[in-house]
Amino acid sequence: MTTKLLVANLSDITIKGSRRIKVNDLEIAVFRLSDDSVLAVENSCPHKGGTLAEGIVCGTAVHCPLHDWKIDLRTGRVQEPDEGCVTTFATEVDKASGSIYITI
Amino acid sequence: MSTTKKLVLIGNGMAGVRAIEHLLKLSPDSYEITIFGAEPHPNYNRIMLSSVLAGGADMQEIVINDWNWYKENNITLHAGHKVTKIDTERKKVISHLGVEADYDAIIIATGSNPFMLPLPGADKEGVIAFRDIHDCEVMIDASKQYKKAVVIGGGLLGLEAARGLLHLGMEVNVVHIFNNLMERQLDEPAAKMLQRELEAQGMQFLLQKSTVSIKGKKRATGLVFADGTEVDGDLVVMAVGIKPNIELAKATGIEVNRGIVVDDFMQTSIPGIYAVGECAEHRGIAYGLVAPLYEQGAVLAKHLADVETEGYAGSVTSTKLKVSGVDVFSAGRFDEAPGTRSLKIQDDVAGTYKKIVIQDGKLVGAVLFGDTTDGSELFASIKKGESVAGREKEILLGISSDLLGQGGGSSRLESMADDEIICGCNGVSKGTIADAILNKGCNTVSAIKSCTKASGSCGGCKPQVEGLLHLYAGDAVGEVKEGICGCTTLGRDEIVAEIQRMRLMSTAEVMNVLDWKNPEGCSKCRPALNYYLGMLYPEEYVDENESRITNERFHANIQKDGTFSVVPRIYGGVTSPAELKKIVEVAEKFQVPLVKFTGGQRLDLLGVKKEDLPKMWEELDMPSGHAYGKTLRTVKTCVGNTFCRFGTQDSMSMGIRMEKAFERLNTPAKVKLAVSGCPRNCAEATIKDFGVVAIDGGWELHVAGNGGVKVRATDLLCIVKTEDEVMEWSSAFLQLYREQAQWNERTAQWVERVGLDHVKKALEKQEDRLALMERIQKTLSLTTDPWKQIVETDELRKNFEQLNGVQPVQI
Repeated sequence: MTTKLLVANLSDITIKGSRRIKVNDLEIAVFRLSDDSVLAVENSCPHKGGTLAEGIVCGTAVHCPLHDWKIDLRTGRVQEPDEGCVTTFATEVDKASGSIYITI
Repeated sequence: MSTTKKLVLIGNGMAGVRAIEHLLKLSPDSYEITIFGAEPHPNYNRIMLSSVLAGGADMQEIVINDWNWYKENNITLHAGHKVTKIDTERKKVISHLGVEADYDAIIIATGSNPFMLPLPGADKEGVIAFRDIHDCEVMIDASKQYKKAVVIGGGLLGLEAARGLLHLGMEVNVVHIFNNLMERQLDEPAAKMLQRELEAQGMQFLLQKSTVSIKGKKRATGLVFADGTEVDGDLVVMAVGIKPNIELAKATGIEVNRGIVVDDFMQTSIPGIYAVGECAEHRGIAYGLVAPLYEQGAVLAKHLADVETEGYAGSVTSTKLKVSGVDVFSAGRFDEAPGTRSLKIQDDVAGTYKKIVIQDGKLVGAVLFGDTTDGSELFASIKKGESVAGREKEILLGISSDLLGQGGGSSRLESMADDEIICGCNGVSKGTIADAILNKGCNTVSAIKSCTKASGSCGGCKPQVEGLLHLYAGDAVGEVKEGICGCTTLGRDEIVAEIQRMRLMSTAEVMNVLDWKNPEGCSKCRPALNYYLGMLYPEEYVDENESRITNERFHANIQKDGTFSVVPRIYGGVTSPAELKKIVEVAEKFQVPLVKFTGGQRLDLLGVKKEDLPKMWEELDMPSGHAYGKTLRTVKTCVGNTFCRFGTQDSMSMGIRMEKAFERLNTPAKVKLAVSGCPRNCAEATIKDFGVVAIDGGWELHVAGNGGVKVRATDLLCIVKTEDEVMEWSSAFLQLYREQAQWNERTAQWVERVGLDHVKKALEKQEDRLALMERIQKTLSLTTDPWKQIVETDELRKNFEQLNGVQPVQI
């Protein structure tokens, strides 16, 4: 079962920034990239659980604030030589209204 | 190969999997491989367990091959399955959960079991071995509930376990039956030096004690010794040795002695069944160290792949103790047996000891303590069995021309055999590294690391890897220009010059114009560029919050659990009852879990949730202490002549004046200041970036000290008479540092790099100092308190809140 959620408006997130949402026990980091696209991943680094929402966003990747692991926000994969993966969530942005939707 | 044969590996440990890795390289398609492992984990680096306990690595970091590796190589893995039977008639292997696998060949790599002393009470709760991940977990859990631990066994394993337990905050007693620690590797002088060093680290020893029973009811509470004495302990770790795990082989009818008996090709008494690693006994020896296991694995892999091999001829082993702050090395025969002669140097001042043992003109053994840099060289000579006649003293003193040469003896690296192991943690041979450099285009240590794993674990072999890099890559190494990060080949000075030349005004512009590999940079270059641009154009450049490191973006220090800490500024460490009351009230109101005095004379409120930060700042109504950024942190002061009978100047007001002048200043790395009121230097000014020490009638100005990673005492810059001069010189020094240092480079590293003379010269003329001072004042005049700014600006404040109002929509 997947659920589609309206989570925010584009204007709620600064460019190359991120905001957190909580759905039940799941914390998701929602990123707004420099081209105004939006990607969402579980807000926990596979290394030591660092909160990815606080990391530096470079292109389509985020660097975890704790130990600088680099995670590709599109695939959730950690860049080598580190290894691991975070859950990604499908996102959708309504260009006209700026509404951001996430499917979990 | 026409048909695929079925190979079953019993034991998912280092030795067996290593053999499989080798086999896959030599002959990837000739076998269909199935692995059974009793532990519910993928293959991990058992020798790194002590690092896990010591806090240097976590469980994930010690995994050698993760689950994907098995998949990618089409290996069927049954983790958590203990093999209970080998049916040689039906050619099947059967696990305790009933899983069966057919085989044409079997590798038994069941390793060894810890030897548990059969003491009364050994079955009590809290009595464990130190062997696998589970033992580590038990130790970590125990350290949270109990205080005292006892380790039985003063050998390699016992000491590493004890060091780990100390690190976990436990009181540790090590019980050893002999008078000397590590008696199988060390002679008495080295053992005593080791003991002294470990005692200094907090370990306690009970030597020549024979344990007769473990006391306690349900849980162990301590040990009773043969002499009637006792010791308390809620956790008892037995680390007295290991015994090869031969049960399965024995039940199958394979010839066993202490271990599973194998020939030079690791073949057991039953054709098609092989054994490697700690469970195997070759020419009467069952090895328990990693290098021989890898050598055995390599021979077996070649044999299975039908590649010609001379077979395994046994190993000479060396030992290194992996305990931080203690360097011990031992190889070959260290005892002074008849027929041997030994040479020794003992230096109790430096805490070093070196002994070499000679027999028939050849080096047969060595023990090193304190300084083990010669270890690999000595070990190579022992293995080679070369004649050292006439060179004994030279070897003892370590003054051969090789040793004086660059790069840790490059000619020794050159003469080393290709199959000699360089990286003991990952079993990487010289040949593998050479191949990576020569044939796979690796031209940096990090490239070699990601290609071969050499130097990827403890890092102890990095100098040798570097040496090999220079040996094989030669000039190619010099050509590899390291930029400020992987995104560019340009260095700091080139980038700053280009920014100035083209008047670039944003990080995006810089990255675009200078052809960055990653269009949006990385976590290293973006904050650096943001700093350089702000330093060059304090008025025009718009600071990019999104290019700042996390702590600077949230104006708080992120902690490991994702909470933050709040440190308000307390100028010069001087506060008042009213200010303290306010801090206390805020801490209580927001239920701050931990309040701590910092090393910089202020208060740290730790464990604050991100969304509470702006609210707390608002209620505190104090300036940010900037305890999180690359900026001025604190100005530590002593009481000075206001109260102290030795004080010669008013250090407190001098310090407060400096802190008020320089607060909020962006710098390449953090900057710490201190002012002491007399040469007794209670504010420890001589390990600060800029330290001021009052003398009668003036001030000494010290620079480039560091009390952190690498302690460095300051250099004396000059002596001045007035407070205004202190301000002039400190302003000029800090601005020079701002303008010239690399981002993330502390003053200590910067001054070491450019030289004190360079700094002195740049600050020599008063007109230059005044110009620098004017520039720093300009920059400072443009700063505002970040906490106040966030509290007052909704657009900034929102980033601290979680998004609410998440609502489901109909699809």
